[in-house]
Amino acid sequence: MYKKEEIERIAKKRREWEDDVLSKTPPRKTEFTTISGIPIKDIYTPEDIEGLDYVRDLGFPGEYPFTRGAYAPMNRGRPWTIRQVVGVGTAKETNERHKFVMKQGQTGMSNDFDVPTCIGLDSDHPLAEGEVGRVGVAIDSLADMEILYDGIPIEKANHSFTINHPTLAILSMFLCLVEKQGVSFNNIRGTTQNDPLKECFAMKMFSFPPESSVKLLVDTWEFAAKYLPRWNITNLNGYPTRDSGGAVHHELGLTFASAIEYFDAALKRGMVVDEIAPRISLMWYVHMNFLEEIAKFRAMRRIWAKLMKERYGAKNPQSWKLRMHAQTGGGAYTYQQPENNIVRGTIGGMAAALGGVQSMAIACFDEALSIPSEKAHRLSIRTQQIICHESGIPDVVDPFAGSYYMEWLTSEVEERTWKVIDDIEEKGGLAKCVDNGYVDRMLTEEAYKFNQAVEKKERIIVGVNEFLSEEEEEEPEIFRVSEETERIQLANLKRLKEERNNLQVQKALDDLRRVAEKNENVMPYCIEASKVYATEGEIMGALREIYGEFKPPSIF
Amino acid sequence: MARKRPIRVLLAKPGLDGHDLGVKMVAMALKDAGMEVIYLGMRQTPESIVKAAIQEDVDIIGLSNLSASVIPMGERVMKLLKGKRMDIPVIYGGTILKEDRKRLLDLGIKETFAPGTMMKDIIETIEKLVPEERLQ
Repeated sequence: MYKKEEIERIAKKRREWEDDVLSKTPPRKTEFTTISGIPIKDIYTPEDIEGLDYVRDLGFPGEYPFTRGAYAPMNRGRPWTIRQVVGVGTAKETNERHKFVMKQGQTGMSNDFDVPTCIGLDSDHPLAEGEVGRVGVAIDSLADMEILYDGIPIEKANHSFTINHPTLAILSMFLCLVEKQGVSFNNIRGTTQNDPLKECFAMKMFSFPPESSVKLLVDTWEFAAKYLPRWNITNLNGYPTRDSGGAVHHELGLTFASAIEYFDAALKRGMVVDEIAPRISLMWYVHMNFLEEIAKFRAMRRIWAKLMKERYGAKNPQSWKLRMHAQTGGGAYTYQQPENNIVRGTIGGMAAALGGVQSMAIACFDEALSIPSEKAHRLSIRTQQIICHESGIPDVVDPFAGSYYMEWLTSEVEERTWKVIDDIEEKGGLAKCVDNGYVDRMLTEEAYKFNQAVEKKERIIVGVNEFLSEEEEEEPEIFRVSEETERIQLANLKRLKEERNNLQVQKALDDLRRVAEKNENVMPYCIEASKVYATEGEIMGALREIYGEFKPPSIF
Repeated sequence: MARKRPIRVLLAKPGLDGHDLGVKMVAMALKDAGMEVIYLGMRQTPESIVKAAIQEDVDIIGLSNLSASVIPMGERVMKLLKGKRMDIPVIYGGTILKEDRKRLLDLGIKETFAPGTMMKDIIETIEKLVPEERLQ
């Protein structure tokens, strides 16, 4: 961007400034780093972005390599979608909450499931006791799905399902409902998270071993490529990687390493990169280092574009374009002085808006304590609306571009990310590195380093290791799931198992097992089983019999 | 009097909760503090935890749970220990609300820790809870 003589002139001036001016005032600490441990200097100048080529490295929004944004007008066209997470208790309770947040102006519909559903267990499984409907909605069968969507026209909304290993079962149930409402598969819009590897190494709500989970994922990809033209079949999710202690380059690197594992397997099955890539969206964490987060969003678009175009030879520009959702980090929130989290959410929401996300959730301020209250939900939505309509941030595209520091940091995050991707590949790919504990160890060590820095107060977290409140803290109004929820869910499940045609269920599950044994695509058979009200646990159980169950490696 | 052996701690995550970052951090910090740590891992039943505690003859049990099953899991572990007349001190870390903390303390759990607790506080508590004569 600058001529060589100009850079030399700036360098000379900078050295003089360092000697004559900067050295007069000692810095308040010896080393400054970002939250990810990237060392940062006092000041950045054109010297730091000497090699940057505007057209090659930044370009224009909506054009390769998309550093400045995935779409031309970005928020000047359509502002980001407000997509707060909803999901609590029974399907009926969640249905009521859906209707509530829709009234508040939310445009997308998100479903979070309880832990047994996420793992692929029914509510009556012995390990599920105490967890049913606690941190999300419990879905045992198509019957629950019917209640969840009662009175909600499927065609009008955009649906998101935070479900991974059991995508086969949950998406199948949803598709049965779509058929019942008489809606064409061509017209349904939405997303399934369906990113199984990170469940094994970060989110830890796994069912199948890494290798099997990749096989089953490709089954859903094949199905979606054929029958669900407007469905984003996978939402690669870097969020839990960051939440389990990873640095920014782990969040990006391990997520892209997952993508590589999935794409390699899909292509081996005969799929074409351009039939999948345009329907993949990504989800990220927003951590507290404001500028690093903005750099991250810019860097990841460039990495994805290169990955798709250069590595996989994608021809469709839609494949190069990384579209994303971001959620402010629950792990960045503190249990102590929970109202401070409203401010943390605002900073994160601003970083996400400046980074150019397509949809956003601001974690509710009481998230560290419990399932969000209605008040907390409303505050998160209002925060987004204030950023969107009052701050002026969405009125210009990528305003940080051209900042010496921002451009340097964007490139630095990119470089560190490629290092993680290359390292995983050298060690045999992500599935293998998850299986042998390499990834878990990598994240745990990074987290421990951070934790030590907090212990030693090298990093300050307000209300946690500094600025503690002197009087006893008052807990905010807490939303509690009633203990009735579990009882009702169990009763419904029991009744379902008595009232459905159990012969049909057995036959459907036998068919599923047979196909699984032949290692063919199991998705159509999961739909057939869902249709006759086989439960999630039964469908997943049949698959576990054939594909195994993941036992995480011990890293201590 | 000098100790003959280090404190033996059993750490486990009861139930289905997958948030294992905190417990892993605690495991590493306790090891760095010279304790012997047995980490059973996640998806443990109360039965498997109590059985391991007895088999390994540990000095203290640390439970970790950041889901909503904090109370039922705590209750079941304490009930099993009482049934076996075991007097192993139990501490519990996770998303534990104030009124839940009171319930857990009433059950006989010695201390609870919220997310963000400093490791030195956990180490200090363990040092206090394990009777010195066990280590002689």
